[in-house]
Amino acid sequence: MKAQMWNPEVETLPREEIEQLQLERLQSTLNRVYHRVPFYRQLFDEEGIVPEDITSLSDLANLPFTTKEDLRRNYPYGMFAVPLRDIVRLHSSTGTTGFPTVVGYTANDLRHWSELTARVLVAGGVGRDDIVQIAFDYGMFTGALGFHYGAELIGATVIPISGGNPERQIRIMKDFRTTGLLCTPSYALFLAEKMEEMGVSPAELSLRVGLFGAEPWSEEMRRQIEERMGISATDNYGLSEVMGPGVSGECEEKAGLHIAEDHFIPEVVDPKTGEVLPPGEQGELVLTTITKEALPLIRYRTGDITRLIYDPCPCGRTHARMERVSGRTDDMIIIRGVNVFPSQVESVLMAIEGTTPHYQLVVDRSGVLDELEVWVEVGEEIFSDEIRKLEALEREVRDALEGVLGISVRVRLVEPKTLERTSGKAKRVIERRRSEL
Amino acid sequence: MLRLRNLSAYYGRVRALHRISLHVAPGEIVCLIGANGAGKTTTLRAISGLVRTEGQILYDGHDLRGLPPEKIVEMGVAHVPEGRQLFSDLTVLDHLRLGAYVRRVPRREVERDIEAAFALFPALGERADQPAGTLSGGEGQMLAIAKALMARPKLLLLDEPSLGLAPMLVREIFRTIKKLSEEGLTVLLVEQNAMMALEVSDRGYVLETGRIVLEGTSEELLGNREVQRAYLGKGRGGFLEGVRGAI
Repeated sequence: MKAQMWNPEVETLPREEIEQLQLERLQSTLNRVYHRVPFYRQLFDEEGIVPEDITSLSDLANLPFTTKEDLRRNYPYGMFAVPLRDIVRLHSSTGTTGFPTVVGYTANDLRHWSELTARVLVAGGVGRDDIVQIAFDYGMFTGALGFHYGAELIGATVIPISGGNPERQIRIMKDFRTTGLLCTPSYALFLAEKMEEMGVSPAELSLRVGLFGAEPWSEEMRRQIEERMGISATDNYGLSEVMGPGVSGECEEKAGLHIAEDHFIPEVVDPKTGEVLPPGEQGELVLTTITKEALPLIRYRTGDITRLIYDPCPCGRTHARMERVSGRTDDMIIIRGVNVFPSQVESVLMAIEGTTPHYQLVVDRSGVLDELEVWVEVGEEIFSDEIRKLEALEREVRDALEGVLGISVRVRLVEPKTLERTSGKAKRVIERRRSEL
Repeated sequence: MLRLRNLSAYYGRVRALHRISLHVAPGEIVCLIGANGAGKTTTLRAISGLVRTEGQILYDGHDLRGLPPEKIVEMGVAHVPEGRQLFSDLTVLDHLRLGAYVRRVPRREVERDIEAAFALFPALGERADQPAGTLSGGEGQMLAIAKALMARPKLLLLDEPSLGLAPMLVREIFRTIKKLSEEGLTVLLVEQNAMMALEVSDRGYVLETGRIVLEGTSEELLGNREVQRAYLGKGRGGFLEGVRGAI
């Protein structure tokens, strides 16, 4: 069967046409930001660069990066490339990693955004006959509204339930015959847990597909969600600074997320040196927006760790794929010189019977030594059991973690449902070393 | 069909285009909009081989740069310059025969095309034997287009077809352009009348001081508030300069 696409013409554009389009849009974007955004004018002048120096996509590497810090320094409107009166919507990034940043959209930006979330939705199996339940938090966060308009564009039925109140989520899902669920993967798992608690089996629901994003998750987690909810789950990616959801999404192959290359130019760089890495190598994703009118960003450091795949995808889409995000550069904790990502811990936990994917990494320092303690919730059936079993489980988890991470780890098993659940992004790392830095 | 990459153009030592990149797909109508002196006409003249250039002009995969203008016409690129450039003493028929000259085909075929031109522009048929100097502005523009079509181009470069014409005539000209495009002709259109141009085009590029500052579907450009202010008569000033300090 031919893959379902929202915009087949664009999504299957031959590579050389994508590249022509990217060059044209990159050049016009550079001309605009150079004349419009004092920040970029100054940045380019300092480097002795004028927009017309960029004559190929590889020249992009000669341009300086834009960072979250730059957005913060220009809070709230300093990076806008259009007058405020042309802005028709404002959003704000979640601010989980610090000071919030403001994102503005023109009417055309919103139109593009809907088009791109529509592409992700269709790639994830949503069609006009679907009933989608959007369990992302509505409001300043881009997740909910971004998908909301994309789903309406397709002609699907939207339930704008927002986050929170899991019992109600499940009741609505059942009563309204929801076929598609949109939320963070950790919240999906939480809902699955809640369903079991409420005695609602997947067979009682009409749920068919789930599109999950806004935080890194693992293949093991996908398997669990799919199994426990009886759905097909796909990953999608976006960040509010460059637009929101819709930047990339998985197709039915579930082998990487297609990036909307007619709107964004992706690069992967070495997070330390900033050097562009060849396709296939893992590093930090850098995005340049090439259609944004309100807030164009040149080489924005996303902080997300991934790799780019340019091999053709069996689904027929020609846009490059990014591997599912395996972590964030700022989530990456360096413990005694070793890089540790929460996603690595998650993969280990998922493979061990008796643990749940609810966990937290607590990093502390005793003397000069960094210490990692992993708090793991255990399943109900285990905790009520005898101490010896718990000790054995703790050892199993520790050995597995040490094997994967290559450093010594303390494991603390905690009672079921004691770690915080949220419909926003799950907090995986608790850093206690800060005061000594 | 047409792909420009980093095209610069020079008048003497003055650079009129600064590494612009654009494309026109087969069957598309694409317009260039922008203020006077933005480089719109220069872009068409560069494609036709009339000015010195740097960069790439790929047409059906061939680089047109360095080719003599008549060779470019032979390859299927016809150019209707601004101000029509007709010979006032020559008749309508003379002009059409002249337009077919580069094709070097049997007379019979030329006559058939002349019939087709008259079908497209009935007003010209009625004035077949009149000197071009006696035609009205609108008829002159029709003749300029009909003459270019006689070369059976695949790509038509149209420079300011609305110049000096009454709105009703402009609409008629644009209707004809649309019809030609539906029959498979590819059109790159330069216009100061941005509203009219965007209504007939599929996509457009906004040029300013020899640089492309915006690209999009006609719908997107019409919906862009800055395009509205700068070019759709809803404000004043250029695209980049018009709004400085407006925040």
